[in-house]
Amino acid sequence: MLSRTADNLYWIARYMERADTSARFLDVGSRISLIPSTHGYRSEWDSLLQASGMAEGFRSKYGDPVQRNLESWLFFDRDNPSSVASCITAARENGRIVRTALTSQVWDALNTAFQELKQLEREERSALDLSRLTDWVMRHAAMVRGSIDATQLRKDGFDFLNIGYDLERADNTARLLDVKYYVLLPRAEFVGSGLDNYQWTTLLRAMGAHRAFHWAYGGEVTAAKIAHFLILNPQSPRSLITCVAGMANHLGRLAKAYGRETEALDKARALLAELEGETVDRIFDEGLHEYLTRFVRDSAGLGLAIHDIYLSGEMRT
Amino acid sequence: MRLTVDHVTTYRYSQPVRSVVQSHRLTPSVHEGQKSLDWDVLVSDGVPGGSYRDGAGDRVQGWTVAGPVTAITVSVRGTVETEDTSGVLRGYRESVAPGAYLRETEATALGAGLRDLVAGIAAADRLELAHALADAVAGAIAYRPGVTHAHTTAAEALTLGEGVCQDHAHVLIACARVHAIPARYVSGYLSATEDGAPHEAAHAWAELHVPGLGWVGFDAANRCCPDDRYIRLGSGSDARAAAPIRGIARGLTSAAPEALDVVVAVLASEQ
Amino acid sequence: MTTYFNEMTGTGGDLRLPYARLQDWVQSMPVELRTLKQAEAEALFRRIGITFAVYGEGGDPDRLIPFDMFPRVFAAAEWARLEKGIKQRARALNAFLVDVYGRGEIIRAGRIPARLIHENEAYEKEVAGFVPPKGVYSHIVGIDIVRTGPEEFFVLEDNCRTPSGVSYMLENREIMMRMFPALFRENRIEPVDNYSEALRRTLASVAPAKCRGEPNIVILTPGHFNSAYYEHSLLADLMGVDLVEGQDLFVEGEFVYARTTEGPKRVDVIYRRIDDDYLDPLCFRPDSMVGVPGLMDVYRSGGVSICSAPGAGVADDKAVYTYVPEMVRFYLGEEPILNNVPTWQCGKPDDCGYVLANLADLVVKEVHGSGGYGMLVGPKASAAEVEAFRLKIAADPDNYIAQPTLALSTVPTFVEEGVAPRHVDLRPYCLVGERIELVPGGLTRVALKEGSLVVNSSQGGGVKDTWVLAE
Repeated sequence: MLSRTADNLYWIARYMERADTSARFLDVGSRISLIPSTHGYRSEWDSLLQASGMAEGFRSKYGDPVQRNLESWLFFDRDNPSSVASCITAARENGRIVRTALTSQVWDALNTAFQELKQLEREERSALDLSRLTDWVMRHAAMVRGSIDATQLRKDGFDFLNIGYDLERADNTARLLDVKYYVLLPRAEFVGSGLDNYQWTTLLRAMGAHRAFHWAYGGEVTAAKIAHFLILNPQSPRSLITCVAGMANHLGRLAKAYGRETEALDKARALLAELEGETVDRIFDEGLHEYLTRFVRDSAGLGLAIHDIYLSGEMRT
Repeated sequence: MRLTVDHVTTYRYSQPVRSVVQSHRLTPSVHEGQKSLDWDVLVSDGVPGGSYRDGAGDRVQGWTVAGPVTAITVSVRGTVETEDTSGVLRGYRESVAPGAYLRETEATALGAGLRDLVAGIAAADRLELAHALADAVAGAIAYRPGVTHAHTTAAEALTLGEGVCQDHAHVLIACARVHAIPARYVSGYLSATEDGAPHEAAHAWAELHVPGLGWVGFDAANRCCPDDRYIRLGSGSDARAAAPIRGIARGLTSAAPEALDVVVAVLASEQ
Repeated sequence: MTTYFNEMTGTGGDLRLPYARLQDWVQSMPVELRTLKQAEAEALFRRIGITFAVYGEGGDPDRLIPFDMFPRVFAAAEWARLEKGIKQRARALNAFLVDVYGRGEIIRAGRIPARLIHENEAYEKEVAGFVPPKGVYSHIVGIDIVRTGPEEFFVLEDNCRTPSGVSYMLENREIMMRMFPALFRENRIEPVDNYSEALRRTLASVAPAKCRGEPNIVILTPGHFNSAYYEHSLLADLMGVDLVEGQDLFVEGEFVYARTTEGPKRVDVIYRRIDDDYLDPLCFRPDSMVGVPGLMDVYRSGGVSICSAPGAGVADDKAVYTYVPEMVRFYLGEEPILNNVPTWQCGKPDDCGYVLANLADLVVKEVHGSGGYGMLVGPKASAAEVEAFRLKIAADPDNYIAQPTLALSTVPTFVEEGVAPRHVDLRPYCLVGERIELVPGGLTRVALKEGSLVVNSSQGGGVKDTWVLAE
C-alpha cells in the first residue's frame, strides 16, 4: 500500500488511543484531587501534566492548574494537540483521507465520534459533567477499535493500525506509571501508606484495570504487584509486554507478507525478549523511573524504525 | 570554427539532501550553424532519465540522483563545429508557433520605462526594426556584472541601466513584444575573444522572429548577432524557461541552502 | 414574459411521456413521507461523507450539496441524439488538440485565428510537437448542455481538463435506488454504475509506450483539503487504484514511482485532478507543492501518461468555444449535432458594441472564469451591477464574452410548498480513449431559488438524479 496510507492508518490508531489516554488522565487527576494531599491538588495536577508532556502548553495558556481549565485543556482545547477534541478530529481527518482503506463500520465509528464531539462542543460547559465526558471518550475509543477488530481485512492496513495502537499504548502506560511512582510521590516514606494505596488504586481505575488487577493478584495493593501488572504481565491488556508482543506480532506479519525482515522487527523482538526475561526486583533495583525512561526511549526508537522503513516512503528495493 | 567546451557545475548541500531531479537543455542545437563532433554530459551518481526533443526543437534530458548526497557535479565536455550564419537559425526543426512567444512572463513584463525606450523606434522592415531595438537595448543597459541577479526582471534592469547578458536579453524580448515581434531567450556558450575583453562564457542572448528569415539571434550585450563564436543550447520564453539546468533537491531547507559553483571554459581549438 | 419549457409538462401543460410514471409517485407521497425521505437522503449523503467545500465562504467545510429527489428524465430517443452530439463534440475537441499542438492545419486553413490559440494562457508550449498515446488529450470531456424546448439543446461550455461532479451522478443514483426501489422496477432506467469500469478501461487504453503488461493507474489529487476530494477518493475506490498526492510520487531515471510500504512501485497512467500549472515545479510553477518534480520529462519521453494531457485546456477556453462547431466541420466533415449558444466576443469591436448596448438582456462571462463567479446575468441584475460590469468590460474587453439569456428548461422540484418547476442544466461525462464511451446519464444541476438561472452549487444550486429510459 502507499506509505502515506499506512501512515494515516497508523495515526488514526495513535490518535484514538491518545484521546483515550487524555480522558484517563483527566479522570485520574480529578480523582486524586478529591482526596487531601500534603502538596495540595495543584501540585498533583502539575505532575500529571508534566508526565503527559502537556505542562508547558497549559501553563502558558492558563497559568495555575484550576479544575475547570484542566478540563478545557485536556478535553476541548484545540491548542493542545493531545486534547480529546484535537485527537478525535485528527483521527477522523486521517480516516477521511484514507476513507477507502477503512470498512464502512470503522469510518462510521470515527465519523460518529467526530459529529458527536461537535455537538458536545456546542453544549453549555456547565451542563457537562466530567464522568460523562470521560465515559463518552472511552465508549467511542472502544467502538472504533472494536469495529477495526471486527471488520477490517487482515491485510497490511490492519497491521499498521494495530502497530499504532500498541506503540501509543505502551508509551502511555509507561508515562502513567511513571507519574505515579516518580512524580506524585517524591518522598519515600509515603510508599505503602494508606494514601499511597488510594493513589495506586486510582491509577488502576483510570487504566480500567482495577478489577482485573484484583482478580489477578488479590490481597494488598503493592508497588511490586502494580509494576508487575503494568509491565510484565501478558494478561494485562495495557502492560508493556502485551503491547510489545503485539508490535512484534504485527511486524512479523508484515515481514512475512512483504517477504522482507526489517530492522523494526529485530528491535521489537529484542525488546520483547528483554521484557520476557525481566523481573520486578531487577526493575526496582534499576529504579522504576530509570527503567521506564529507558523503555520510553527504546519504544521511540522502534517507532522511528517503523517510520523510516514503512511510513516515510523512502524505502528502496 | 571548432570550439571546445569544458563546463562544470557543482552543487553543494550543507545538509545531505534526499534526492535531486534535474532537467537539462545542455545539448547543442542541431542546425546549419553548428554541429557537435563529440559531446558528453555527466552527472555524478546520476541516473539518466527520459530524453526528447521539445516543441522548441531543443534536446531535453532528465537526470535523477538518489540521495542522500552532499554534492553533485554536472560536467559538460565536447567539441562543436560552428559556422557564421549572421545569427539566422536555419535548418532547425521545431513545432511551437512563433506567436506563442508573444505571451509575456514575469521576467519580461512591460513597464513604463520599456515603452519609453521603444517609443521612438521605427524602421522600414522587421529586420531593421529588430536591429534598431537591439541597439537601443545595448545603449540603455551598460554591461556590469554583480548589480542584477537571477530573478531581476526586464523592467528592473532597465531602471538600473546596468546588467549582464540575461538582462539585455530580457529587455530586448520585452521591447520586441511592444512591436508584436515574437521573441525568446536563448542560452548557450560564447568563446573567448582574442583581445581578451571581459565576457561570459556561459552566455545568453535573444532571438526575434523575422518573416522570411525565421528566428534571428541578437546579442545586445555584445552589440552583434551570434556568429561562429557562439554555441546555441536551448530557448524559452525567459531565462528560467531556457535554463540549461533546472533542478530541485528534496530535503533542502532555507537553513541549509545549496551553494553553486560554475566553471566554464570555451576555447577555439586548433584545426 | 418568457415561457419556459417544462420537461414534465411541456409548454402546454400535457404530461410528457418520459415522466408519465412519476405523476403517481409524487401524488402518492404525502408531505410527511417526503420530509422523512429527504432527511433520510441527507443522512445517507453525510454518512458516506460526500460533501462539498466552498472556497472563500467560510462556514461548514463539510457542506452538502442539496439533493433533490425528483429525477430528471430523458426518453431513449432524446438521449440517442444527445449521445451522438456529445461524442461528436468530444472527438472534434480531441482532433483539434492534436492539430494545434502539431501541424496547426485549422489555423493554416484560416478557420480559427492563430492569436486565439498561441497567445492563449492555456496553450502549453511544453507539449507542442507531442502526440499523447492514442492521440487523446482530453480523456474525460464534460459538456454542459441546456435545453430550451422539446428539440432544442445548446452546449453552454466544454470542460476538457478535469471536469468534476461525476461522483454526484453515481451517488445520486445509488441513493435513489436505495430509497425508492419501486420506482426503478416501474421505470426501465439505464444503469450508470458501469462508469468507473469504463473510466478504468479508458485510462488503461492510453498507457504509455514504455509500459509493459497491465498498466498501474493512479489518481493524483491536490489533497484532502480540496473540495472534490471525496470524488477523487470515490473514483479511486471504485476503480481499485491508488489515490496519490504529489508527495507520494517521485521520478527516478525514466519513470515515475509511487512510494509504498514495499518500496517504489512504477506508475504508468496518472489521472490527475490538479491543474497543469501545478503538475511539475521543474517545468511549470516552481512554487508548486502538490506536483512531481521531473514529471514532464518522463511524460514527454513516453514513460508515463497524464490524463487529461497537459495543454488540453486550450480547447475549453470560452473564446475558443465559439469555434467548436467549426472544428466539427473541419475535422470530421460533419454538421454539428449540438449547437452552441450564440456568443458575442467583447474582444471584437462590433460584438462589444452590441453587448454594451444590450447588457441588461445578456449573460456576460469571464473568458477564463468558472463556477459561476465573475458573471453577470443581465435580466436578474440591478442597474448598479450592470453599470459596474460595463466598466469592467470596457477596461478589458478581451476577457469577456456574452450570450443571450436562455430560457432554460425546468424540471419539477421539491420545494417547501410542494412541487414547483426549477431551471436545470446537464453535464454528461464522455470518456475518450481507444474508444469513445458515454454512460447514459450525467449530472443534472438545478437552480433551487425560484426563478434563478444559476445552477452552480456554489451559488445555491442543487443536484438531481438523471434518468435515461431504456427503449
